[in-house]
Amino acid sequence: MMSKGVLVDVTRCIGCRSCMVACKTWNDLPPKKTTFSNTWDSPGKIDADTWTVVNYYIIEEDGQVKWRFVKKQCMHCNEPACESACFTHSFVKTKEGAVIYKPTVLNQDYCVGCRYCMIACPFGVPAFQWEKAFPYVQKCKFCYERLQEGMKPACVTACPTGTLKFGDREELLAEARERIDSNPNYYKKIYGEKEYGGTSWLYISDVPFEKIGFKEDVSQKSIPSYTWDVLKWTPYIFFGWGAVLTALRAYTKRRAEVHNEEELYAPVEKD
Amino acid sequence: MQNGKKWRFKMTPFRLLLIVLVLIAAAAAIYRFVYGLGAVTNLSDEWPWGLWIGFDLFCGIALAGGGFSTALIVHVLHKDKYLPIVRAALLTSLIGYVIALVSLFLDIGRWFNFWRPFFYWGYHSVLFEVFWCIALYTTVQVLEFGDIFFERVNCPSLKKLLGVFMTPLLIIGIVLPTLHQSSLGSLYIVAVDKLNPLWWSMIIPFFFVWSAFFLGPAMVTIEGTLAARAYNREPETDLYSSLTKVTMWMMIIYFIVKMGDLAYRGVFSTAFNGSYESNMFLIEMIVFVLLPIVMYATPSIQNKLSGVLTASILVVAGVVFNRMNVVFTGMAKSVGGSYFPSIWEWLITIGMWSALVLVYCFVVENFPILPKEEPVSHGKPFGTGFHA
Repeated sequence: MMSKGVLVDVTRCIGCRSCMVACKTWNDLPPKKTTFSNTWDSPGKIDADTWTVVNYYIIEEDGQVKWRFVKKQCMHCNEPACESACFTHSFVKTKEGAVIYKPTVLNQDYCVGCRYCMIACPFGVPAFQWEKAFPYVQKCKFCYERLQEGMKPACVTACPTGTLKFGDREELLAEARERIDSNPNYYKKIYGEKEYGGTSWLYISDVPFEKIGFKEDVSQKSIPSYTWDVLKWTPYIFFGWGAVLTALRAYTKRRAEVHNEEELYAPVEKD
Repeated sequence: MQNGKKWRFKMTPFRLLLIVLVLIAAAAAIYRFVYGLGAVTNLSDEWPWGLWIGFDLFCGIALAGGGFSTALIVHVLHKDKYLPIVRAALLTSLIGYVIALVSLFLDIGRWFNFWRPFFYWGYHSVLFEVFWCIALYTTVQVLEFGDIFFERVNCPSLKKLLGVFMTPLLIIGIVLPTLHQSSLGSLYIVAVDKLNPLWWSMIIPFFFVWSAFFLGPAMVTIEGTLAARAYNREPETDLYSSLTKVTMWMMIIYFIVKMGDLAYRGVFSTAFNGSYESNMFLIEMIVFVLLPIVMYATPSIQNKLSGVLTASILVVAGVVFNRMNVVFTGMAKSVGGSYFPSIWEWLITIGMWSALVLVYCFVVENFPILPKEEPVSHGKPFGTGFHA
């Protein structure tokens, strides 16, 4: 099976949030009580019960005011930072392309709840059930059980404007390239093509990504490869440094045997 | 001290206060386990790690660096003149690690799974290395301490058995902290593009292990002075003055490497751009690195207890400041939101450090940890009698 992806065309989104509703419904997530405010962002950010949000941005360009709506969720990295950061293998990138959290999706509960995945994720996606005594980490799972059945993710089926397009990642990349090449209004970049080694979710837009909540000037190397560049030295340091210390200890062991250490120390008295 | 002697622990008003603080923390900890992290902490999805990880774990482990640096100086390099301080350093290090483990246990959400990393080998995670090394090193320290324990609690067969393994234990007891002190820094390599480049670096593991090591002598100086004051003993100023020379030279190298690293990555100028992060970085470098180097290098300051103590306090505070900058200052801009520890987070932290003081007092009053007071020469506590 080819690795799947979703192409998000920001220019087509009208901010209806059907995707958010579909996500809550399919995944049986409790609603979040929101408050009235003068933004269109509510609830504004991903949390343990809200795996996707649509953020809005007002951009002034060449005297023109542009409203843009951007769906945010887990990007499903090709080489996920969360997977590499987890010391109990609680995240896995499946062959379908979904990055899933095994304790809830596969019922394999190894998670310690250390939240290093949250430090590691460059997109700030994994969220924690802070209110629970035995919390899980929660995030978009790319509707993994639907993917396995050959179905589209719930959010994609709900999108009325064609903003979201589901397919093989490679084909989506080709389509994205064609769309931005054939229309001069597009910003010439496919976000997710190379960022952090590439992601399953891809974005195209007519405004710079910096202005719609994406960090543009980011590493194209995957985060696991950074970590591995350091971790791979561990065995050499362990044995090498151990050998150096052993040699030094033997070399300097001139008079050590003569001590009777036990006579050197004594309990103290508190007066 | 021989068998038959009773355990003793003299109660004082200060110690009573510490016990009360420990009890409050224990109650808060129970509340946390029943009602979850959200009920007691101000942690959030933006700030998944707070005071317990940032201070108790990161700083607790760093401050315990005195254990492995003195072990290396005394047991590997055999600088015998520092023998009087080696056991106290081991003790504080051991208690520091226990605190770090307790705070980690409090902090993890699914604590009943704490043993999982032993069986599900996430070797591609830095945390995996940190977890294994800290768990093993704490065990090693307990065994090292066993050697002292069985001087007090008579069990010759066990003491002998431990004695056989003492050399490998000592070596492993330096290798393991070298690895995880550096790995605590490597934990933040994943935060590329999140942690401010003034602190993020591919050689952050070097900065962490190097600073944990040079902090050792400074920490020993502070602990020794405190213990001397508490028990009306003569502080070993000569030892502190000469031992902290190690700190001075290592800090000079630290500073040079730090500057070279910033220049190499092309972010040197951002240290002067007037932002909050850059100002914090400048304070860290000038007040907590350059100033103590100058103080250690000035003989009139270095050879006086008050001088060497002040410089050492700056060094220790500086390492804490550095860890706080990595965990909080450097991350703030990219993660957004805000975090300040809740009253419960503070109380639990305070309780744990109070427990450290109590355990330290109990142990030094009942086990042979601190050097015997020699009635004859105070300046030079150990004559040739102990040496060949």
